[in-house]
Amino acid sequence: MARAVSPRRKTLTTLAAWSVAFIIFFPVLWMILTSFKTEASAVASPPELLGADWTLENYAEVWQRSDYPRFFWNSVVISLGSTLLGLAVAIPAAWAMAFVPGKRTKDLLMWMLSTKMMPAVAVMIPLYLLFLKLGLIDTRFGLVIALMLMNLPIIVWMLYTYFREIPGEILEAARMDGAGLVKEILYVLTPMALPGIASTLLLNVILAWNEAFWTIILTTTKAAPLSAFIASFSAPQGLFYAKLSAASTMAIAPILILGWFSQKQLVRGLTFGAVK
Amino acid sequence: MSTQSSRLAARVMVAPSVVLLFIWMAVPLAMTLYYSFRLYRLLSPDRTGWVGFTNYLWFFNSPDFWLALWNTLALVGGVLIITVMLGILIALLIDQPVKGQGMLRILVIAPFFVMPPVAASIWENLFMHPQNGLLAAVARGFGAQPILFLEEYPLLSVIGIVSWEWLPFATLILLTSLQSLSSEQLEAAEMDGASALNRLRHIILPHMTRAITVVILIQTIFLLGIFGEIFTTTQGGPGSASTTLPYMIFKQAIAAKDIGRAAAGGIIAVILANIVAYFLMRGIGRHLDA
Repeated sequence: MARAVSPRRKTLTTLAAWSVAFIIFFPVLWMILTSFKTEASAVASPPELLGADWTLENYAEVWQRSDYPRFFWNSVVISLGSTLLGLAVAIPAAWAMAFVPGKRTKDLLMWMLSTKMMPAVAVMIPLYLLFLKLGLIDTRFGLVIALMLMNLPIIVWMLYTYFREIPGEILEAARMDGAGLVKEILYVLTPMALPGIASTLLLNVILAWNEAFWTIILTTTKAAPLSAFIASFSAPQGLFYAKLSAASTMAIAPILILGWFSQKQLVRGLTFGAVK
Repeated sequence: MSTQSSRLAARVMVAPSVVLLFIWMAVPLAMTLYYSFRLYRLLSPDRTGWVGFTNYLWFFNSPDFWLALWNTLALVGGVLIITVMLGILIALLIDQPVKGQGMLRILVIAPFFVMPPVAASIWENLFMHPQNGLLAAVARGFGAQPILFLEEYPLLSVIGIVSWEWLPFATLILLTSLQSLSSEQLEAAEMDGASALNRLRHIILPHMTRAITVVILIQTIFLLGIFGEIFTTTQGGPGSASTTLPYMIFKQAIAAKDIGRAAAGGIIAVILANIVAYFLMRGIGRHLDA
């Protein structure tokens, strides 16, 4: 709802909006700045900015002391794997709910969402024991399954809202031309729904990347992703600010960059179809 | 267009999701329910047996439980109020014709990409730390005593940290909703002499109802289980001042190694989540045309 306003007002609102945005972003910025300072400079009082001792030493040390590439790769496999598997299960379900809705479709969607309301801590012990029995503790496969199930309701819901916007006549036309169900999904529906599927993929990769409960409880070393990497870093050494900041920056940088580049897609996905 | 065969196909296609989610929910829930009536302590593994409602009674008789219940609701409610109110204000501000809206969105969305342990440890160490934190330095700069955030205001501090994490989500959904409002309608109202406040109350806010509903629904789902932020910063303390129900369960399971009690707490948490969900759906569900 862009409207014409006086230049003076535009300057004022621009100033106000940028100040607010800067404040929201500031903790991330300060963390990144601190990661390039020496430890002494990081805790200096008053805080140093222009006169700070800048260094890359922290990154070198974090890199040496921990196996960052392994944590990173685990994060990539787990977040992408769980999302792709989730999409494979959810696309048919969302298709059916959107194009052949029954009386109970709405209830079913709400029930799916309600499974997410169960606090993870509440079922921590049984799930841990189950994973132990199945030999899934500290395996990437185990985490892929766990995070897939955790995000499945969100994936189904998002896809459903996208699919619903596709006119049903197109599918009927395809059917008249003799397309079977699989062909209909693969060649007609999927291409049309691709932007929606992309947003869903993005949002769920981010949710899985940032998941920091099951990824820590269900792993020890082999399959531990970046959330576990950062947990191991912050615990014993509260006072090494610069190194903590460097490790934190390394943990969030990949997803921050991905998120920034795909911002438009992501915001569309975030609205869960609530906003046309 | 739904013939009998397509209905059957639809059922088959929904089935995997439903079955998987049902197993994912029902099996751990059934196990939790079973343990909640058992004596099961990792420190004395040979003493087992049925104990009826003992584990539940322990919770109801513990003063910490009622505090934890209150803290859980205060955390969810506090974060919802802060993020929705600030989200509306910031969305209204960014929606004005401002320079560099794209870049603004990039700055505002950033906290959403920060994983909870990182968010919690930046706030705890770089900002709220009473000696080395930036906020302490600012306080000293004004000649004031640094505020002991996590010691004196633990729950409020956690609410602040979690609100920072969720503010981008609320703001961006509300902003998107705002941008879909037609400017003609607003201009017409303006010409009819409606004040800015009246335009907000009668046109803008009603238009955002659906978006606000989604913000509240999705955030509540995630907020009821908040754990990592408390674990990283206050560990539920000092005392039990910032212990929520999930954290209390965690303490029973990990520190006290009492699986039976933790399981009973888990069942109570599930019941609480259901009560919240019920009121949520009754209160705002009608705005949601899912």
